[in-house]
Amino acid sequence: MNTVSQEGLLDWAGPILQGALTTLEIAVLAYAIGLVLGLIGASARLSPWAPLRGLATAYSTAVRAVPELLLIILLYYAGSQALTALIHAMGLPGQVAINGFVTAVGVLAFVQGAYMTEVLRGAILAIPKGQLEAADAFGFSTWSRFHRIVIPAMLPNALPGMSNLWLILIKDTALISVIGFSELFFTIQQAAASTRAHFLFYAAAGAIYLLMTLTSTALFARLERYVRRGQPAQEEA
Amino acid sequence: MDFSWLADPFYQEYLLEGFVNTLWLVAVSAVGGLILAVAVAMARLKGPRPLAWFVHGFTTVMRGTPLLVQLFFFYYGVGRLLEGIPGIQDSLIWPILRDPFFYGALTFILSVGAYSGEVLRGALLSVPPGEREAGRAFGMSPFQVFIRLWLPRAVQLCLPTLTGEMILLLKSVPLVSTIALMDLLQAANIIRDETFLVYEPLMLIAGIYLAMTMVLTLVLRQVERHFPGMQPTRHRWLPLRGKERIPCKS
Repeated sequence: MNTVSQEGLLDWAGPILQGALTTLEIAVLAYAIGLVLGLIGASARLSPWAPLRGLATAYSTAVRAVPELLLIILLYYAGSQALTALIHAMGLPGQVAINGFVTAVGVLAFVQGAYMTEVLRGAILAIPKGQLEAADAFGFSTWSRFHRIVIPAMLPNALPGMSNLWLILIKDTALISVIGFSELFFTIQQAAASTRAHFLFYAAAGAIYLLMTLTSTALFARLERYVRRGQPAQEEA
Repeated sequence: MDFSWLADPFYQEYLLEGFVNTLWLVAVSAVGGLILAVAVAMARLKGPRPLAWFVHGFTTVMRGTPLLVQLFFFYYGVGRLLEGIPGIQDSLIWPILRDPFFYGALTFILSVGAYSGEVLRGALLSVPPGEREAGRAFGMSPFQVFIRLWLPRAVQLCLPTLTGEMILLLKSVPLVSTIALMDLLQAANIIRDETFLVYEPLMLIAGIYLAMTMVLTLVLRQVERHFPGMQPTRHRWLPLRGKERIPCKS
């Protein structure tokens, strides 16, 4: 019994590592897109124009109030049906089967963007007003004020939240297995089902995810030290 | 949009069962998880060193792995191992050990216990030691100091975070549909398979969750407002109703 399951783990090591790589690719891409969405969302939430503000608030509130799994399933079906409808509207026949990878990245980025909006909004609001006024007084354009002052001044405030979101995102990639895309956890499920060594494979899955999250925590701690350079040392919150 | 299936009593029953199961699961996991959280926090702070290390390992693992993986680990992994124990299938507890609800609740309790336990640990550490010493000076036993002073003051400090954890708990309930427990999402899946309608059941469920999250947020906000001596937090600037707030430093 024990030797059989040991063999099983070795046989599946290749596919599982492949799955882990896919998971990391999905997470990195979704994080990058989510960051852009979050920046847009945060700017919109802080915009002087009310309709834009309302739209961004609706996006971040609705997405954060509905369970991620539900959103992933809903957007997965909605995405493929919407594309099919679009193709039909353009007069082309047939059905669109969206690439699983693209769906996974798109859905996770959409959810991530909503949470990122709130993190970045809070961080931008925490910038001392005088710094922005100083930039204006020096004649900075809106864009150069944004990328020279707002971004660097916001990063130390935003980084703890951003690192939390990255950890949540890594853990959320496991939800993608529910829509049948073969990332790490889907591969693990197949392995567990075919070898019947459920305990072993799910424990292995936990170990791999734990390795990813612990490594990320360490990297983010270094990054935080870097963006806080030149600031007085802070106590642990 | 076709919502005619809502009139079907079978589907109504599924949805009702899913709704009731969801509420039960949240209630059981919240109560069990918060009790576990107190134990986790105390073990981390005051437990003998091996216990503190073990609990630290437990919280690290629970917080570092996806909830879905934990659910599968307990339901399929541990569940199948238990199945193999000779004689267990005839025992009295077997009906419980076969029930997906048991594994769902177990996973959520452990998860809430780990996340909230770490939050509570931080809060316990930030209660000024002078307050505990004052309790001792008044002749309270260490247990009394803990129950009457230390724990309430710590909860006061981290209440918004704890209520946030409860909302996260509510939002993780749909995961149990993957272990064949009848929750709202599982009800929607059944309706989808039988009526071939993809959107409508899922959108109904999303709406129900939106409403549940909002109601829970409002309820928890009331809890926060009525918690004795609750200090104002930065993002909740609305004044308390009734009595004047006693300002206290954090």
